[in-house]
Amino acid sequence: MTDARDVIAARAAQELHSGEVVNLGIGIPNRIPGFLDPDVEIFLHTENGLLGVGPRPAEGEVDLELIDAGKKPVTLMPGAAAFDSASSFAMIRGGHVDTVVLGALEVSETGDIANWMIPGGKALGVGGAMDLVTGAKRVIVTMTATTPAGEPKLVPACTLPLTASGVVKVVITEHAVFRLVGNELVLTELLDGATAETVAAETSARYRVALS
Amino acid sequence: MAATRSTAIEAIAEIPDGATIMVGGFGLVGAPLTLIDALVEHSTATDLTIISNNTGEAGRGLGLLLRQGRIKKAIASFFTSNPEAVEAAMTGAIDYELLPQGTLAEAIRAGGAGIGGFYTPVGARTELAKGHEERIIDGVPHILQAPLRADVSLVYATWGDELGNLRYRRTAQNFNPAMASAGALTIAEVAEIRPVDGFAPEDVHTPHLYVNRLVQSTLSLADVQGAGA
Repeated sequence: MTDARDVIAARAAQELHSGEVVNLGIGIPNRIPGFLDPDVEIFLHTENGLLGVGPRPAEGEVDLELIDAGKKPVTLMPGAAAFDSASSFAMIRGGHVDTVVLGALEVSETGDIANWMIPGGKALGVGGAMDLVTGAKRVIVTMTATTPAGEPKLVPACTLPLTASGVVKVVITEHAVFRLVGNELVLTELLDGATAETVAAETSARYRVALS
Repeated sequence: MAATRSTAIEAIAEIPDGATIMVGGFGLVGAPLTLIDALVEHSTATDLTIISNNTGEAGRGLGLLLRQGRIKKAIASFFTSNPEAVEAAMTGAIDYELLPQGTLAEAIRAGGAGIGGFYTPVGARTELAKGHEERIIDGVPHILQAPLRADVSLVYATWGDELGNLRYRRTAQNFNPAMASAGALTIAEVAEIRPVDGFAPEDVHTPHLYVNRLVQSTLSLADVQGAGA
């Protein structure tokens, strides 16, 4: 595997357990179903109003009224349930979604996340990001270790506008798995042949090393 | 009261200048396309406040209303899918309010349900908390969100009956049920209008007491699907 995004998605897939209700964000998280162990059955939730999201439809089998939060066509799994936006976000805020996996621009060493806005950028939208990271029982961030300019994304404190504070539990990059244990960031695993020195060089957050 | 059958043009003609309008849909899916088209082509109502998840797309749906300069203010969770709306908001050409999607949905639900507002942890201590009262509940910061109501709600349902009972399909449901409840005048666009008792009472999603005007849909998602929904 050479694509960093696939390394991240494959490792993130191992974090998910049978029976969980999971909401996957746009980008790397959307690649996770392709890496799930066939024995692991999860229920995918999409915030625009569906529990039991199935794979992308074959060409010619697209239902225009059946989309995910990225506005891409999906299919229904057996037992799928459709509902309205207010109900969907009640599920999210109410803690009924077990795990959300999503990307981030920055994560801090205390689990703060910034992923909705770059000041001066051309984007103006928060969508369901704040609801999801605030309400889900477990927040897993999948992101490359650095920005395209090579700056660390796992930082002492976020500099970009916050999505929520202290909510992130796991961070998976192409080189490492970090976990928030209590209020402490811990490096627990190296990925894809990375060394502890590589990870240290691309991480400005303070962390403890406890490789398993 | 039962809904009144009406054409899209007749129904849209009831919208005055300065009206606050809720428009259902997640992108174009579940959007009342026939009513939006009538609003763009056959109404001159201006200074409008639009409450909708996305404010349309560039040159499509509500995006056309923006191009016509008829939007005074937009309340949404995600403007990014319409770069022209982002530009208008950032340059001050329109007023805007950005809400987390779940807060937007719940504020509309609260508006329809007679709730005077609610405290939510979502957005607390972020930039979107500005102007919202904060209160600590069970040790967690929450912010107060006011309800949203509209003069007119434009909604879409795949099925309806002649009284105005509505039933939605798949992910075309989204904001429509809450918006149907929060409009002083709710205009429902329906693809298949059945006689009364056309479906079982327990299959009704939006009971007819929320619906004032019933319009036959003449523009489908397939009709407007151009470059990417």
